[in-house]
Amino acid sequence: MEHTPMAHRPAAVAAGVHDNPFMKPMEWVSLALLAAVILVVLPILLDAFRLNLVGKYLTYAFVALGLVICWGFGGILSLGQGCFFGLGGYCMAMYLKLEASSVENTKIQSTPGIPDFMDWNQITELPWIWKPFQSLPLTLFLVVALPAFFAFVIGTAMFRRRVGGTYFAIITQAIAAILTILIVGQQGYTGGINGITDLRTLNGWDIRTDSAHNILYFVNGGLLIGCILFAQYVKKSKLGRILVAMRDKEDRVRFSGYQVASFKTFAFCMAAVFAAIGGAMFTLQVGFMSPSFVGIVPSIEMVIYAAVGGRLSLFGAVWGTLLVNWAKTSFSESFPELWLFGLGALFIAVVLAFPNGLAGIYRTYVEPRLTRKVKALAPAEARALPHGTPAE
Amino acid sequence: MNAAMLHAPLIGESPDAPKFLLAVESLTVSFDGFKAVNDVSFYVDPNEIRVIIGPNGAGKTTVLDLICGRTKASTGSIKYKGQELTKLSESAIVQAGVGRKFQTPSIYDDLSVFENLEISFPRGRSVFGALTFKRDAEVRDRIEEVASMIFLKDQLTERAEFLSHGQKQWLEIGMLLIQDPELLMLDEPVAGMSVGERIKTAELLNQIIVGRSVLVIEHDMKFVEDIAHRVTVLHQGKVLSEGSMERVKNDPKVIEVYLGH
Repeated sequence: MEHTPMAHRPAAVAAGVHDNPFMKPMEWVSLALLAAVILVVLPILLDAFRLNLVGKYLTYAFVALGLVICWGFGGILSLGQGCFFGLGGYCMAMYLKLEASSVENTKIQSTPGIPDFMDWNQITELPWIWKPFQSLPLTLFLVVALPAFFAFVIGTAMFRRRVGGTYFAIITQAIAAILTILIVGQQGYTGGINGITDLRTLNGWDIRTDSAHNILYFVNGGLLIGCILFAQYVKKSKLGRILVAMRDKEDRVRFSGYQVASFKTFAFCMAAVFAAIGGAMFTLQVGFMSPSFVGIVPSIEMVIYAAVGGRLSLFGAVWGTLLVNWAKTSFSESFPELWLFGLGALFIAVVLAFPNGLAGIYRTYVEPRLTRKVKALAPAEARALPHGTPAE
Repeated sequence: MNAAMLHAPLIGESPDAPKFLLAVESLTVSFDGFKAVNDVSFYVDPNEIRVIIGPNGAGKTTVLDLICGRTKASTGSIKYKGQELTKLSESAIVQAGVGRKFQTPSIYDDLSVFENLEISFPRGRSVFGALTFKRDAEVRDRIEEVASMIFLKDQLTERAEFLSHGQKQWLEIGMLLIQDPELLMLDEPVAGMSVGERIKTAELLNQIIVGRSVLVIEHDMKFVEDIAHRVTVLHQGKVLSEGSMERVKNDPKVIEVYLGH
């Protein structure tokens, strides 16, 4: 707030009322809290197995984060984010699988040097779509580029034709179903219903050990915080406000000289890339990838994480993901057959009673009290503050 | 009133004459055979306030929709400074210098007045441009300036949804002013306003006319008399009469279909 070189301006403006800081003080606190829990508290409290489990949950938080941008801000509900999670995950899995299928490891196969499931399906040569995944840099590039390209094609095709709302949601859901069917059907090329399993090393580094899990957990946490910061940048940019404006009055934005379709495509691509990063980290930490993370059910579950956490809050989405997954693990350990009903009920309850999720509850009930307490602690300082902060 | 305007070109003169800011010629649009706008032609001069009046369903809003590209014309041409608009996309038409206000106040409820105005600032309209857009002194000064013109200087940090109906209408006019269009199209700008607000709006329009033309749809005859340089009367998709308010008011055809009752 203080670095405005505008001392000559009238009082109301000079106070920095229209400044657009990267993060407000409360947002810095939220970020610090989240970072502390993910990077310090949980690693101290949890054993290796549980920490790896949290690491797995956090990969879904990437998807939820993308949904906040795309659905929360932009109003574009995608029920097919599993697609992009899967694409990222499969790209990584293909690289790891090729590394695990060296000629030495697979000499008992009729064609050594190709993944085992290909051999079982009488494939005798590595298919061309697998070739790029022999290189790690190319794989890392494709983890991001492939979903971005895919989302760009879908987004451009649909948004230019002004397909939106429910129709868009249904079409993305159909795409998730198609991709699952494709993966399951093309067993020789994709590993089929079992997915790609028995992954061992990343460029020679064994990813199955506890220490590797530990390191991957921190890499994952770091990437997640990086994604939160990037999402925060987008939210704070004019693009973020245009997304909100579009959600509100699409025509007004269009007739203010913007190509609405490009902005929607950007939000959709961003959500896809976030989901894919999550997918790739999932494969690394869990050690396999299968179509059960691609289809309709996981895609909808991911929407629920964002809804429970609060679709307008970047931090809320992460907390929501952790909470729902923690609940899922605890409940499904005791009542496996009831879990899906519980999840459905949770979604309905959130939509009906708390449309802005946990973050909404926090903002309505907790934050005002907290602010009052802080002000009571530092009354002089509070009074010295200018009469307002930029409206959200 | 400006005498030169009364000698304005009549329908059918050359559309390419550069003196017109906007030349609409033989414009027709049909929806499943129903001709909402049927062979309409009119010309708007630079710095002119033109008001379109007519009974409900006369095709007034459709004419604005056609000019700003929201509806595609079946036949006919719309030339803006000699440039054909019927083939351009909506955003290209805006960037060419045509701004449009909708009938119901169309503003962004979730954003502050400042942010509403900022989105219309004509810079950073591409995805990348919007990501790297900086709220610099030029932007602030312009927003401050427009905000005081539209009587919202003290409401800049307020969420737009808390404005009164009249203030919302002004805000949308302000969003158009920030765009700095040469042709400003307003669809019923004073509908639902109090008498005091209407007077202020007329003042505002007379103030912003400098350097641009305004095309207004309005039902409020008092307001039309206050602002109009010329009036075009539409009826059942066709131009019924055109000229000064005085002339239109005394046109027997107009009295019969519109003003009489």
